[in-house]
Amino acid sequence: MQFDPFVIPFNIGLYFILIYVVTRSVIWFHDLSKPDKLRLQRGFFGLAFGLSLKEIFMESLIHRKILKTNLRLGYMHMSLAFGWFLLILFGTIEADIFGAKHLNAPYKAIFFRFFNPDHGRMGFEAAYGFLMDLILAFILSGLVLAVTKRFYSKVVGMKKTTRLKITDKIALTSLWLIFPSRLLAESFTSGAYGTGSFLTGSLGSWLATFLPAQQMAYPFWWLYSISLGTFFILLPITRYMHIPTELFLIFMRNSGIKTGDQAGTYSEVQTYSCSSCGICIDACQLNFSAGITNIQSAYLMKAIRNNDDVSGIADNCLMCGRCDQNCPVGIELSPLRMIQRRGGEAVYDIRNIYKGYFRSRQTIVSEKAIGSLNYNFLPEPDQKKADILYFAGCMTHLTPTIKNSMIKILDASGVKYNFMDEQGGVCCGRPLMLAGLDKEARELINFNSQMIWKSGAHTFVTSCPICYKVFKESYYLDVEVLHHTQFIKRLIDEGSVKMNFLHKKVVYHSPCELGRGSGIFDEPKDVLNHVSRLEKCNFEDENSLCCGGSLANMKISSQNKKKIAFDAVNELTKNTPDILATACPLCKKTFSAVTETRVADISEIVAEALIIKPLKKISGSNITSIKELANI
Amino acid sequence: MGKHVVVIGGGVAGLEVAGQLSKVGIQVSLIEKDSKTGGNLNKWYKLFPDRRKSSEVKEYLNGITANDGINLMTNTSIEMFNRHRDHFSIITSGGRELIADAIIVATGFDLFKSARKEEYGYGIYDNVITSADLEEMFSRGEISLINNTIPEKIGIIHCVGSRDEKVGNFYCSKLCCVTAVKQAIEIREFLPESKVFCFYMDMRMGGVFYEELYREAQEQWGVSFIRGKVSEVSETIDNQLLIKVEDTLAGRPLKMKFDLLVLMAGMEMSEGGRKIAGIGGLRTGENRFFAANDNHFGSNISNIEGVFYAGTCTAPMNITETISHARAAVIEVIDYLKDSN
Ligand code: SF4
Ligand code: SF4
Ligand code: SF4
Repeated sequence: MQFDPFVIPFNIGLYFILIYVVTRSVIWFHDLSKPDKLRLQRGFFGLAFGLSLKEIFMESLIHRKILKTNLRLGYMHMSLAFGWFLLILFGTIEADIFGAKHLNAPYKAIFFRFFNPDHGRMGFEAAYGFLMDLILAFILSGLVLAVTKRFYSKVVGMKKTTRLKITDKIALTSLWLIFPSRLLAESFTSGAYGTGSFLTGSLGSWLATFLPAQQMAYPFWWLYSISLGTFFILLPITRYMHIPTELFLIFMRNSGIKTGDQAGTYSEVQTYSCSSCGICIDACQLNFSAGITNIQSAYLMKAIRNNDDVSGIADNCLMCGRCDQNCPVGIELSPLRMIQRRGGEAVYDIRNIYKGYFRSRQTIVSEKAIGSLNYNFLPEPDQKKADILYFAGCMTHLTPTIKNSMIKILDASGVKYNFMDEQGGVCCGRPLMLAGLDKEARELINFNSQMIWKSGAHTFVTSCPICYKVFKESYYLDVEVLHHTQFIKRLIDEGSVKMNFLHKKVVYHSPCELGRGSGIFDEPKDVLNHVSRLEKCNFEDENSLCCGGSLANMKISSQNKKKIAFDAVNELTKNTPDILATACPLCKKTFSAVTETRVADISEIVAEALIIKPLKKISGSNITSIKELANI
Repeated sequence: MGKHVVVIGGGVAGLEVAGQLSKVGIQVSLIEKDSKTGGNLNKWYKLFPDRRKSSEVKEYLNGITANDGINLMTNTSIEMFNRHRDHFSIITSGGRELIADAIIVATGFDLFKSARKEEYGYGIYDNVITSADLEEMFSRGEISLINNTIPEKIGIIHCVGSRDEKVGNFYCSKLCCVTAVKQAIEIREFLPESKVFCFYMDMRMGGVFYEELYREAQEQWGVSFIRGKVSEVSETIDNQLLIKVEDTLAGRPLKMKFDLLVLMAGMEMSEGGRKIAGIGGLRTGENRFFAANDNHFGSNISNIEGVFYAGTCTAPMNITETISHARAAVIEVIDYLKDSN
């Protein structure tokens, strides 16, 4: 039997990590909720399995998404992951075909050259050796990039790179040592025997000219084995746990499991799947406009993994969703952050702390000491009957031009509508939700729901994307919820309103909550195209910027908000548009404070272009006055 | 001495400076962007704290500037100025070049553009006006709503565009509190049947006779002062204005209806001043006003030798302070011209 004591570290590491991953998977599966268990089982025997395999190949090995955002960074990840995969795959085949017998222990494949030093002199064997060398060279090229990235992150086109903890550093060093030590071990062995292909062969024979190759090889085989063993053993308590975890994540996601609003297996799997690639850091405006560099999602994931206090990180975020959009692993970062916010005063029950190998934190939300919920002061919900219910929202009441424009449009369209919060209404509940106060938000949601039911309306229109999102997602309503841009688009399509074309150059800023948050990108642009000259800008659709005024950040100073707004406005007004259009009262307010360019909501532009029909069409609403039709 | 000084801005500070300089025989070119001098003073009918007519102050200023030593150039602004070894060359909007031994910047202030505070509805609701609009009504001799009726309930909102992070102005404009008190009294005098409410954050009554005026407003004129910042204004069906405010002394939210709302617009660095700062490389502070060389003993001195400041282009000031500041600028210029001889 071919055996040498140097393989022991590798073997220990390998069997440890295999057993570990299996155990951990069992625990994770066990912790899943019943429906999610079912989903996973169904996924395992269904389409999800095939999809997952494909995705694992594309994302975990090739790293397609990173390649798309950043070529050099993508190459680095690909060469390490895909290269290593190829090395193991072809190594195993090599050991199987050329080894002494079939079905070898894994170490035979890894240390093939040591046990078969004479192998690969000619013909097919030599060609195979060439292939193996090529793969090794591929990995080494990525490694060079990775090492340089650690010291000069700009090399791979990144502005910031993640900071490391000590176990990460040891693991990183052992990872970095794996391939160079393999290279040297194989080269010395090849040098001593005159074998090896273009890389190990040439290096080996050159080294053999001035070094005792035979004697030098052995310590490097030890080093190779030790670095592999160390890496495997440290893996679970370092960020490299993302490698096995991501496979699990992909499979769970394809089976239809969602983050939800409680911590659980899926949120934990996602947290461990973060590769600390740092793409989210570069995408974050708090980083590049406000110089806040310690709260980005990569750090949040790390802090959760390390059981650090995360409240300072979780609350200091605009919830703009730019990181979600860019994360190559597809981690649902905003929902994860919301879980942390909700657990603001939670007690953590951390189980099995075997130096962090089996940490699984269970969030037990403590009763918040806010006192009893008391919303008795709310009036009796009451609402007149109407087809369409218009809800301006509190932010729109602070920008009355938007409100007046909507009234003008609604009046002109001739629909039968009611203005739900004309005399001021009850908050939609989203600000409380963003602060993690779901129970309190429910009270408001119930109140507003009753108002809507009482109106008998079939369509509910709001001017504020923040309201829109919560009415759409967190109310259980039997009405169609529309943002006013969608509603206006419909009026135009139906021919209910007619407009003049305004010869004005307009740039559209897609609000976070409406665009990335609710997926409404096209309707606002369609409306603008209809009435004005809509121009392109560098930050469109999913890639749009946050105005900085977000309600979600409870930590940021107003100077920093201003910096974000200022940078965003500068980008948007690069081509000196006549109007910077947006579809959110908060964006409008934030932007108008920092620019001389006219900032207007889409409704204002539409109202300006509106051709008013004769007065007879005015319908049941109680706010219409001739004056309002005449002015604006 | 045969020296020539260019004064930019023909408001209170600019006129005072020009008058005092010509008194000592220095040639002055006074550049004013409008068709007439007087600046913001023209917008005011009566002045606090003694409610004398602003025309009296104007008369005084016109008196000291009516002489041959002053070359007044109205409808003119500055396009460029350059410092040479011992003089400045200044290009005016008319394309003329002026050679000067020193420059005094007296570009004053602009009133905060209240439409920027959209939640107060200026420019959206007809019966929301600013303090300057009210002065104009005073000088016309009638206070009326858009439909020509007489307002009965009038609200005055303090700190519009001042002490407000959201509009980017942290500072207190210093004069709007006392202006509010003065205008409240004037409204009551004008419309004895009316009720006037002031909504303030703090009453900053730090000038001579301000506190007395404040007391008079309460005791003699029954003006109500409510501590609280108004959050938003909306219009009701009957064209009244509904405000939302928290009475922070009573600790409860309030909704109140008014016929007329007057916004106490704050003071901001003037647009003309910002332009000069840009073309001349003059340093401005975080509040965007010109930054003086030293806050205690160099408040007229700029970062460019030979360029001096006078009046509210450096900070909010009342007329008394503006005139003192302008005179101080004159002393600085005379010293400078003597030294450069
Ligand atoms: S959260 Fe996503 S983008 Fe951010 S470091 Fe982790 S994997 Fe990369
Ligand atoms: S949601 Fe936006 S602000 Fe928050 S971490 Fe992500 S990119 Fe930064
Ligand atoms: S003087 Fe009064 S009204 Fe004016 S900014 Fe200061 S506190 Fe506000």
